[in-house]
Amino acid sequence: MTPLLLATAEVAQHAVHTLPPMDFSRLMFYLFILVLAGFLGFEVIGRVSPTLHTPLMSATNAISGISLVGSLVAASGEYSRVSSILGMCAVCAASINVVGGFMITDRMLKMFRKKDQGGRK
Amino acid sequence: MSTDINIVISECSYLAAAVLFVMGLRGLSSPATARRGMFLAEIGMALAVVGTLLYIQILTWVYIVVGAAVGSVIGALMAVFMPMTAMPQRIALSHSFGALAAVLVGCFKYIEYGGEGLGRLRLTALGFEVMFGALTVTGSLMAFGKLQGMIRGAPITYRGQNLFNVTLFFAALALFFYLLYDPNNATVFYAMMATGFVVGILLVMPIGGADMPVVISLLNSYAGLAAAATGIAIDNKVLIIAGSLDGTSGFFLSILMSRAMNRSFANVLFGAVGSAPAAGAAQQEETRTVIRYTPEDAKLMLENAGSVIVIPGYGMAVAQAQHIVHEMANLLIARGATVRYAIHPVAGRMPGHMNVLLAEANVPYELLFEMDHINDDFQNTDVVVVVGANDVTNPAARHKKSSPLYGMPILNADQARHIIILKRSMGAGFAGEDNELFYDPKTMMVLGDAKQTLTNIVQLLKK
Repeated sequence: MTPLLLATAEVAQHAVHTLPPMDFSRLMFYLFILVLAGFLGFEVIGRVSPTLHTPLMSATNAISGISLVGSLVAASGEYSRVSSILGMCAVCAASINVVGGFMITDRMLKMFRKKDQGGRK
Repeated sequence: MSTDINIVISECSYLAAAVLFVMGLRGLSSPATARRGMFLAEIGMALAVVGTLLYIQILTWVYIVVGAAVGSVIGALMAVFMPMTAMPQRIALSHSFGALAAVLVGCFKYIEYGGEGLGRLRLTALGFEVMFGALTVTGSLMAFGKLQGMIRGAPITYRGQNLFNVTLFFAALALFFYLLYDPNNATVFYAMMATGFVVGILLVMPIGGADMPVVISLLNSYAGLAAAATGIAIDNKVLIIAGSLDGTSGFFLSILMSRAMNRSFANVLFGAVGSAPAAGAAQQEETRTVIRYTPEDAKLMLENAGSVIVIPGYGMAVAQAQHIVHEMANLLIARGATVRYAIHPVAGRMPGHMNVLLAEANVPYELLFEMDHINDDFQNTDVVVVVGANDVTNPAARHKKSSPLYGMPILNADQARHIIILKRSMGAGFAGEDNELFYDPKTMMVLGDAKQTLTNIVQLLKK
C-alpha cells in the first residue's frame, strides 16, 4: 500500500472510530427529540382505529427494526471479529423484524375489507 | 470531500424516514388508508438502510449479507406461514428480536469503546438500553412460550415472589449505577445484562393468559424504549424517533388495555389474578342450575331474530370458529336479520385480536363495533350470541363489589332479549368469577366445542 493510501485509510479509521463527544447539551437535544416524538406518537396513535390495533403493534415493531442501521455499523467489518459477529446477529434479528413485520402487517391489512370488496360472499 | 456528501445523504435519508414513519402510522387511522401508509413506512425504512450503507465504511460485506439474508428469510417465512390465530405469539417473538438487536448493538459499543471511551452520559444511555433490552428479550420469550403453550399458561407463583423480583430489579439498577461509577468494569456490565435477562423471565412468569394484552403492549413499549436508548447511545436520531413512537404506542395500548380490565399496571404485573381464591368463589355458586339447550333450540331462536349481536372471545380463537361464525352471520343476514359484532378491548390475547381473526374470515370491518359504540344497542337486540367469551359479559362487574371483575367495563349482553352462550364447559372465566349471565332466565347455554355447535346450527339453518 502506498503511504498516501495508508494515510487515507487511517483518517477514515479515525473518523469512524471516534464518537462525537457526548456532553450535556447533546444528551438534552436527544431527549428533546425523544420526548417530542413521544408526544407526536400519542397524537398519531390515539387516532388509530381500534380495529387495527394488532396491525399497529406489528407495524411499530417493524419500524423500530430501524435499529438495523445501528447493527449495520457493527457488522461492517470495521471492528473486531467479536463485534462483527455481534453485528451480524443484530442485523439478523433486526431484519426478521423489518421484513417479517412489514410483510405480516400487510398480510393482515389486506384482510380488512369493506362489504363491497367481497366481504359478503 | 466525499464523506461530507455521504453524511448529508445519510442524514437526509434519516429525516425522510422519520417523516415517512409518522405518515405511515397516521395511515392506520382507517383500514382504507392503512396499506398505503405502511407502504410509505416501508419506503422510509429502505431509504434509511441505503443511506446508512452509503455512509459507513464497509470493509467486508460478508457479515451484513449473511445476517440480512438469514433474517429476511426467517422473517418472510414467519410472515407467510404463521397462522392468524398465532398472531399474539408472533408479536411477542418480534419484540424479543427487536430488543435482542438493541442488546447486541449495546454490547458491541461497550466492547469497541470501553466504558471510558463512551463517557458517563453515553454509558447511561447504553446501560439503560442493555438493561431494558435484556429484560424485554427474555420477557417476550416467556410471553411467547406461554401463548404458544410451551410453558404453562397459568400464573406461576410462589411465596415471596414479588419481593424477590423487586430485589432483583434493584440489584440490576445497583449494578447500573456501579457501572457509571466504574465504567471500565466489564464484569459489572455483563452482570447487569445477565440480571436483566433473569428479571425478564421472572416478571412474566406469574402473569396469566388473559392478562397478556397488557403484558404484550408493555413489552412493545419496552422494546421501543430500548431502541430509543440505542439511538441516543449511537447518535442516530431516526432510531430515537422510531423507538419513541414504538414506546408510546406500546404504552398507549397498555393503558387502554388495563383500563378495559379496570386494573392498574401494578396489579397486572404483581397481582397474579386467577390463582387460589378463585376456587372458593366458583364452588358456592354450584347450587344454581343451568338448563342445557341443543343447537336445535339455538337455531329456532336465531331463525326468528331480527337483530343479532355476536360477542367473540378467546374461545373463538381456540376453537378456530371465526369462519363458521361468519357463515352463520351470512345465513342470518340472508334471512333479513341485522348482524353485528361487539368487540371488547381485551377480548383475546392482544389488542385487536378479534378484529384480525374476523377480518381473516372475511367479515367486513364495518360490522365490527367497539364496546362504547354498541353497548347502548343491546337493549334493542333480539339475540346475543356469545362465542367463547366470558368475563367481558359478566354482569357481576357492575354490582358485585367483592368480585375481582368489579368496575371493569363490560358488554351489556344481559340487556338483550335473549342470550345464546356457546361454551366448552361451565368453568369460570379467567378471573375465577362465575358468570351470572349463565344463570339468567333469558340465557340459553349450549355447551360443547364452539366450532362444532356452530356447524350444527349452520346446517340446521340451511335446511
